[in-house]
Amino acid sequence: MKYLSSLLATAGLVVFFFILSGCNQSGQNTGALSSDVASQVYVPPGQHDEFYAVISGGFSGQMSIYGLPSGRLFRVIPVFSVDAEKGYGFNEETKPLLNTSYGFVPWDDAHHPELSQTNGETDGRWVFINGNNTPRVARVSLRTFETEEIIELPNSGGNHSSPFTTENTEYVVAGTRFSVPIPQKDVTITSYAENFKGALSFIKVDPETGRMEVAFQVLMPGFDYDLAHAGKNNSHGWMFFTSYNTEEQNSLLEVNASQNDKDFIAAINWKKAEEYLAQGKYRELPTSYVHNYWDESTQMAYSETIKTVKVLDPSDCPDMVYFLPTPKSPHGVDVDPTGEYIVGAGKLSTDLTVHSFTKMLKAIDEKNFDGDRYGIPVLNYDAVVAGVVKEGGLGPLHTEFDGKGYAYTSFFISSEVTKWKLGTWEVVDRIPTYYSIGHLMIPGGDSKKPNGKYLVALNKITKDRYLPTGPELTQSAQLIDISGDKMKLLLDFPTVGEPHYAQGIEASKVAPNSMQYYKLDENKHPHATLSENEARVERNGNEVHVYMTTIRSHFAPDNIEGIKVGDKVYFHVTNLEQDFDVPHGFAVMGANNAELLIMPGQTETLYWEPKFEGVFPFYCTDFCSALHQEMQGYIRVSASNANTALRWWTGQAPEM
Amino acid sequence: MKTINKVLFISAAIMLLALFIFPMWKITLVAPQYPHGVTMYIWINKISGSEPGTLQNINILNHYVGMKPIEPESIPELKYFPYIILAMSFLGVVFGFMGKRSLWIFWLVLLAVLCAAGLYDFYLWEYDYGHNLSPEAPIKIPGMAYQPPLIGNKMLLNFLAKSWPWIGGWFVGLSFILSGLAIWLSGKKSLKDEKAKSVGTDNDGGVVSSQLHSVATTH
Repeated sequence: MKYLSSLLATAGLVVFFFILSGCNQSGQNTGALSSDVASQVYVPPGQHDEFYAVISGGFSGQMSIYGLPSGRLFRVIPVFSVDAEKGYGFNEETKPLLNTSYGFVPWDDAHHPELSQTNGETDGRWVFINGNNTPRVARVSLRTFETEEIIELPNSGGNHSSPFTTENTEYVVAGTRFSVPIPQKDVTITSYAENFKGALSFIKVDPETGRMEVAFQVLMPGFDYDLAHAGKNNSHGWMFFTSYNTEEQNSLLEVNASQNDKDFIAAINWKKAEEYLAQGKYRELPTSYVHNYWDESTQMAYSETIKTVKVLDPSDCPDMVYFLPTPKSPHGVDVDPTGEYIVGAGKLSTDLTVHSFTKMLKAIDEKNFDGDRYGIPVLNYDAVVAGVVKEGGLGPLHTEFDGKGYAYTSFFISSEVTKWKLGTWEVVDRIPTYYSIGHLMIPGGDSKKPNGKYLVALNKITKDRYLPTGPELTQSAQLIDISGDKMKLLLDFPTVGEPHYAQGIEASKVAPNSMQYYKLDENKHPHATLSENEARVERNGNEVHVYMTTIRSHFAPDNIEGIKVGDKVYFHVTNLEQDFDVPHGFAVMGANNAELLIMPGQTETLYWEPKFEGVFPFYCTDFCSALHQEMQGYIRVSASNANTALRWWTGQAPEM
Repeated sequence: MKTINKVLFISAAIMLLALFIFPMWKITLVAPQYPHGVTMYIWINKISGSEPGTLQNINILNHYVGMKPIEPESIPELKYFPYIILAMSFLGVVFGFMGKRSLWIFWLVLLAVLCAAGLYDFYLWEYDYGHNLSPEAPIKIPGMAYQPPLIGNKMLLNFLAKSWPWIGGWFVGLSFILSGLAIWLSGKKSLKDEKAKSVGTDNDGGVVSSQLHSVATTH
């Protein structure tokens, strides 16, 4: 800890002097921006941004949607964490999405958003994101901007190298960061090398519906699998995973896992894996994990438990996995737009190691191996390396590409972005970031067709960049113009949670498909109330179902009597509106969960337990109209043994 | 009767059927919250909107000021107007083939009377919706009525109401023009025929030149 903080302090000092020197040189980096720069990020009122940025919420568990170049926040999409504002994880419909084999898990650590691709280009259909803590992958629709599916990963611990996609979204992957006993069992931790394994999961994605299933897992040695990227063009069919802790240590990793001079990038031939799968060379391991999916027609999530998983063991499947030796605990592994270069970022060094796919195939062909690990051939380092980017900075993490022959790498320790040329490996430009950049993002920057106009630096440390807000600060992203020879800082903007990784996409690929409202006549929710005439209250023992509708500006029914203390009340509220941007909210006094926020045409359900006798108000929370404040009602709660008649109305009370 | 005139007249009659393919009137409400407007289309046999929910949305807006909901089922004109149009179109085609100018004039006058009656009826409906307000309306502004214009633009509180004929209506207009033209041309023709008869034609060129002359004098 002491070591880390002194390292950080040193890094901070370095940055400090960097700023000073930058200030003296040009003033450009410290915020003294020319009006020309301001106009580059200015999107006039009523105009739209050119790009969507999908930014991970990191430990908030969510994902947020920003506009670029303005840096304006449009929406926070709840994914792995409950969101009281939207009722996500609180209403009955969305609760199953957060189900796991451990029961309801209301939080996760979301790291890497990944846009779906067709022919290696972002297609604007879905965005996938990993949950790191309780290993999961989620799929979010870019039509509704809602979470549609979450799948748990068996045999995994810490889903970090995820959910990177193949060229046509055949698979998104999920490599375990923490190796664990497979299957899980009660063993001493010191038996790590003997008992622990790393599972790399290949999740098949249905090309029409996007529905995910764990197609197979490759059972790897017990290393830590850190990040991944798929091959492109010629290297399509391969998936590359970085690893660290090839020392197979289980304690004090900061020292013990930093001893090997080289760790590995694992190259997995998934087309070969498919062949082995078809030949039946897999084992079907018993396990238990859940698959949760949203059904748009019934507007409900369902959760199912899956009991087995197909596992491929590299020792049974020759030619499926190779190791590319890569110096110093490589973090990011990034494949250039052509698919030829595989960039490994040795995070404890100053250099980047670039492997050549062509040379890799040649080395495999010539069996140019330096031995093996657990039967997996280790390729000869000199035979596969295309080049080394020297002295790029300190602590390289991630690389993206501009499609114009340049690569951009983030350096955490020296807090900068370095631009270098593919092929010559020479560094051509560098720009400081504020502070300690993790990932960086260029729209389409990990696809075959990057849009090399902007780069977003996703920083880990904020310090003095904004007005202070006590000890806890927002985190920060920075927009950098990369259209010219020199990188140019344009904008700082704060983010929700930690902006771990992000992806960007041209607005024209997404905006035209964005849904405006749910069609009421397609609402197949089993508790939908499709017209005010059908609004009613039904009692079944102590379970009460209120079939309620909302339309500007009243509830039906808005007066309810005959509810008793100890009842289990379900408010099934249908929003009858059929217009863009007319949600209604529903909140009832004393509810132990949250509000409902119901989009037009949708039905949502809030569970409520009346605890005391009395008359309790409920009301609309989303300012819907000039008479929003009048959109309210009462529910009368009688003693549990009372015989108050069950009745309900809007406007005129029915005759007793 | 020249074939060309018959073709014109019969086309005019058939053109009325466009009312079954296109709306005849369009009313758009524009307000700051509705930058693209809420558009209602009036057909010969139904009322529709730019979106499936438009009518509901207009009714929601209208209920604040106490206007009755627009319910197409309760407007009898939408049921019998289609038959009138079918009958007029059929009658026009028959008259067209008969080629009798007096019948054509009769048809055109009848169409004009029906259209005038239709517009007056439309005005009455608009008047009723705009003036016959619920006394329990949440928003009551003394002296304010919400009758949209018959044709033209008008501010109604925060909404700019724009009421104009739409494609079906344009076809009716075209039907007027074409049938009128057929009647006028056939009148010219018959006049000329008589003239040609009385003067006598030496050759075709004489007729052509007199036709050209008559066309020239009309301009």
